[in-house]
This record gives sequence, structure tokens and C-alpha cells, in this order.
Amino acid sequence: MKRYPKNFLRKLYKTMIRMRFCEESLVEPILNGEVGCPVHLYSGEEAIAAGICASLKETDYIFGNHRSHGHFLAKGGSMNELAAEIYCKETGCSRGRGGSMHLIDPDVGMLGSAPIVAGTISLALGAALAASIRKDNRVVVSFFGDGATGEGVLYESLNFSALKKLPIVFACENNLYATHMPIQECRVRNNIYKIGEPFCIESHEIDGNDVLQVYEAGREAIDKCRKGEGPVFLEFLTYRFRGHVGPDDNIQGTHTDIRPKEEMESWLKKDPIKRFERYLLSNNMLDEQVLDIITQEAEKEVITAHSFAKNSPFPDKKELNRYVYKQEASV
Amino acid sequence: MFTNRKLQYSLAINEALHQMMESDPSVFLIGQGVKSPWYVGNTAQGLLERFGVERVIDTPVSENAMTGAAVGAAISGMKPVVVHPRIDFMLYAFDPIINEAANWCYMNGGKASVPVVIWGIINRGGEQAAQHSQALQALFAHIPGLKVVMPSTPYDAKGLMIAAIKDDNPVVYIDDRWLHTLEGEVPEEVYEVAIGKAVIRREGKDVTMAATSYMVHNAMRAAEELARDGISGEVLDIRTVKPLDKQLLLASVKKTGRLVVADGGWKTCGIAAEILAIVLEEAFGYIKSPVVRVTLPDVPAPASSALEKVYYPDSGSIVQAVKKVLSS
Repeated sequence: MKRYPKNFLRKLYKTMIRMRFCEESLVEPILNGEVGCPVHLYSGEEAIAAGICASLKETDYIFGNHRSHGHFLAKGGSMNELAAEIYCKETGCSRGRGGSMHLIDPDVGMLGSAPIVAGTISLALGAALAASIRKDNRVVVSFFGDGATGEGVLYESLNFSALKKLPIVFACENNLYATHMPIQECRVRNNIYKIGEPFCIESHEIDGNDVLQVYEAGREAIDKCRKGEGPVFLEFLTYRFRGHVGPDDNIQGTHTDIRPKEEMESWLKKDPIKRFERYLLSNNMLDEQVLDIITQEAEKEVITAHSFAKNSPFPDKKELNRYVYKQEASV
Repeated sequence: MFTNRKLQYSLAINEALHQMMESDPSVFLIGQGVKSPWYVGNTAQGLLERFGVERVIDTPVSENAMTGAAVGAAISGMKPVVVHPRIDFMLYAFDPIINEAANWCYMNGGKASVPVVIWGIINRGGEQAAQHSQALQALFAHIPGLKVVMPSTPYDAKGLMIAAIKDDNPVVYIDDRWLHTLEGEVPEEVYEVAIGKAVIRREGKDVTMAATSYMVHNAMRAAEELARDGISGEVLDIRTVKPLDKQLLLASVKKTGRLVVADGGWKTCGIAAEILAIVLEEAFGYIKSPVVRVTLPDVPAPASSALEKVYYPDSGSIVQAVKKVLSS
């Protein structure tokens, strides 16, 4: 068994726990109306963002999608700013103009997220093109879901990235559902990772609920890209524990999930955080005390973030027109 | 330095690209056919030889991803120019242009901007029919966050390209291939034509003819003809469709009291409609007679040259419109 430094494992666990607590803390404010914008929770998929971003430098770039709270936190974005954005406050990472689906922090390489399915894949491609023109040794990760494989721009981007050997990792988080549509109703076969092959792109299928497997696959892919041997396509099999948008699918006010109960239960058993805990404890890599401390810190951070968000002002009505264009003086 | 140097419109664009790529390593050109005169005429001549394949990127036919790549490169600090040698194909790239580039600065609270030039060439006439002839400026002008420029002279073709490249925001640069061989004075030095500023091409007192792009030249010919009948027409070259120079437009209309708008796009919800709306909202009291639009009819471009002749308005259409305005 591979031995990892304790600090590394602690950090990985902390990243995942921070995401989970942050996501779950939003359930109540969504249900009681304090949070109004559409929120797509990342619970259940934490291993992917945590595992991949563990190999990225601050100067590397990522782009996300509608379900990007986890990507934002894993890349180093502040939970205060994330929470404030979800509450649509002026102190949010997008100053309350974007909401949960538009998260950005250029200072840590989180270059943005957007809910147009596959909409940021070509932007990530462009960031990789920029890195290749500048020869600045950056790597770009494009996070998208299984739904994005239905969009043509993905295939255009795969082709061009392969043609130019761009430093980009295509990270497909396959949670088996494109909004309400199960993957078997979207694709003839559930073998997304094979879409890289016709473009001669190295492609792998990974257990997206095993953070160390994600980490290893991500590290290799990122190293390859950094050496000019990109692009790499990674498909991560995973499952969202919450609804497509909001805490549950809430069809006509029922607060039920549209997915089969047995399917959900089988995936809950594969909870990436519990799996990682079991691994850490049973192999004596971290003890319970350490995990407890991390958990308590994360709880505190989440409480602070909500309080920061709630106590922050909404954007000033007089500033409705601000930021339509970048003005020299205003940033 | 030659003071009165003449240059073709297309070579004025070419000179802007050369100068900007030379002075700023973050500028690059990407698009289908950038190494082929078949696509971009001589607008890109010499660039590949001078700046290499890394900065002059001829691409597969993938307008959506290539435009998105230009937008993404701009978000990551570059200053790309992405060219669509036929603007019709730019429709494949609506998502990166509208959903992403136009909204990016606003929806990210000003934390990022998109300094990209999206360059689309209008290719009308020659029996090319509906999908090779469209003038789509109004579609882009509708979108908050975009700027849209339409140079009518070689001088502006260069100055607006430089201004567009230097701008921190996404600029849609639309030129008409019918203008490419037009010669005019173009200084050799680097200069900008301010985005958002119209210009009076000919002063007059009886009627304002506000025009865009190629229609400016039709308006100039119309003004000549009208002058022979003793009518003094003022020609206003809109130059930037968005943001539109309201100040100069309103000043001209307040002076003449009459307005004809000539735009090479369609009539319904077009640039001409927008210009009339501005005048009605802000200068209603100065208008002495009904206003008239000279545009394409609301019809796709036909192939047959017999139909093209009636489809595209010319200087005669503007003369007629002016006479109608003056007689009512």
C-alpha cells in the first residue's frame, strides 16, 4: 500500500469535509427561502474536486459548471465569499451579480463557472491555448458533467486540444443524471471515457468516490499536461446525494427524489468521505482525534461563512449598471 | 513618413493586425482560413510568416469551440482576435459570444473581463444566397456587454481594429467585403478611432442621412445627387453600432429636423429601428416630418442576380427616401 504524508492526507480530508459541511449547511437556508438563487449541491462528489485540485498549483486554472461550489473551494476560494455569493451579497466572489452558478476567484486560478451545459469547456480550451502560447507551464482543468457529453462543443474542443497538444485535463463528473435524465436515456452505452479515443486522447475511467484513486489519476494527467503530453480525458463515476437543483428534486412540492430508492441507497454506502475515513482509520494513517479536530474546524468555518454572508449588504441599487463593461477606473 | 498615404481597406486591417501583434505579444489571430486568401482576402497577409503558427492559428471548422477558445484565452490574459470569414458561420458561436463573453464581466461582478475581438466579415452579392450574405449587426448590438463596430473607411478600418484590440471588453468587429478594395488615407502610425463615436462625413442642413458601413458610401453618393437638386444632405457615419453615439446623432437631427436611416441589415428590430427610436424618444420636438428607413426588406438574401438588384438598397433608394421625407 502506498504511504502518503500525513499532512497531505489531513489536507485532502479537510478539503472534502469543508465541501460537505458547506453544502449541507445550505439545505436549511434554501428550504426556508433565505437563499433564493438556484443552488446545485456537490454532496457526494467531493472526492473529485478535492483529489484533482490537490495536484494543481495556485497558478493553474480551472473552469467549472453549475455545480461548482466544490471546485471553487478545492482550488482555494474563500468559503466566506462563496456563501456570500450564494446569498447574492455584495461581498460575494461575484459581488452578488452571479449567484451560486457564477463563481470566480482569478487570484487562485478559479477562472469561472457557468450553467450553460458545456459552456466553459471551450473557455478552458482557450485558457490552455493561452498557456501554450505563453509557454507559462500552466495546466487547465475543465470540470463538466455527463450531460455535457451531449453537446457538440465538447468534441470540437477534444479535437483541437489533441491537435495542438494543449495542457488541458477534461474532467467529466459522471453522476449518472443529466438533470432528470438517467444516462441510459441519454447515451447508448455508459462509457463516456471512450469519447477521447477517436481523438487519440489518453482516457481513463476512474472511481470518482475514491479520493486517492482520483488523486493518482489527476496527478498523472496533470503531470503529463505539464510535460506537453496532454490533453488527458478522465471520467469519474460518482453520484450526487442531493437533487439536481436544491436539496431534493422537489417535483411539484413533494420533496422526493426522482431516482430509484435502491440506487440511492447503494450509492450512499459509497460515500466518498466515509470511505476515506474508513481507509485512514483502518490503516492507522490518521486517528479519530485528528479527524474530529478537522471536523470541528470545518463546522466553525461554515458557521462563520453563513454569518458573514447574512450580515453582508446586498448590492447597491445605484450600481445596477456597474460591471456591464470593464471600465478602467472601476476594478 | 508619408502624410497622405493611401491604402486599401483590407490592407488597413492587415496593418492594424501587424502593428498590434508586433507591439503586444498577447495579441494573436485565430480562425478558419487565416492562412488562406480564399477566406480572409489579404487582411492576414504576411502575419503567419512574421509571427508563426503559434500566433496565427488556422483552425478546423469548429466555430463554437474556436470562438470559445478565444474567449477563454482572453479571460486568461491574452488579447485574441477570432475571425469568421463569413459572419453567417459565426452563428455557431452564439454561446461563447453571448452567454459567455458578453455576460462574463457582469456576472462575475467585474472580477474578470474578456478583451477579445470577434471579427465577422459580411459577404454579400454574387448570387451567394441566404446563408452567405447576411448582415447580422443588430443581433449582436442587442446584447448588453458587447460592443459592435462597423468601419466604413480604410482609416476607420485600421483605427477601429486597433481600438477593438486594446479594449478590455468583447468587441464585435464587422466589415463588409464590398469595402475591402476601397482606397483611402491611412496613416502609417498606430492610432485608434474611438469606439462609440460617430462622425459627420458631409455637412448639410436639410436632412440627416445616418448610415452604417457600406451604406455610408451610398449615402455620400445620394448626397451628391441631392445637391444637384439643391437639397443639402448631412451624412452621419454611425461607425459604432453599440454603444451608439447618441450625442452626435441627436445634434445632427436637431439641426436638420429630418432623418433617413440607411443600414445594410433587415428592417424589423434592426439598427435603423433603434436609431429612429432614439430620435423619437429624445428629439421628438425637433422632427419636422416622418422618418424613413432604408434597409433590406424582411426577406432572406436571394441568389438570382435579378432579385439581388432589387434586394440591396443603393444610393437611389436613399435619394428616394430623402425626397419622401422632404415632401411630407
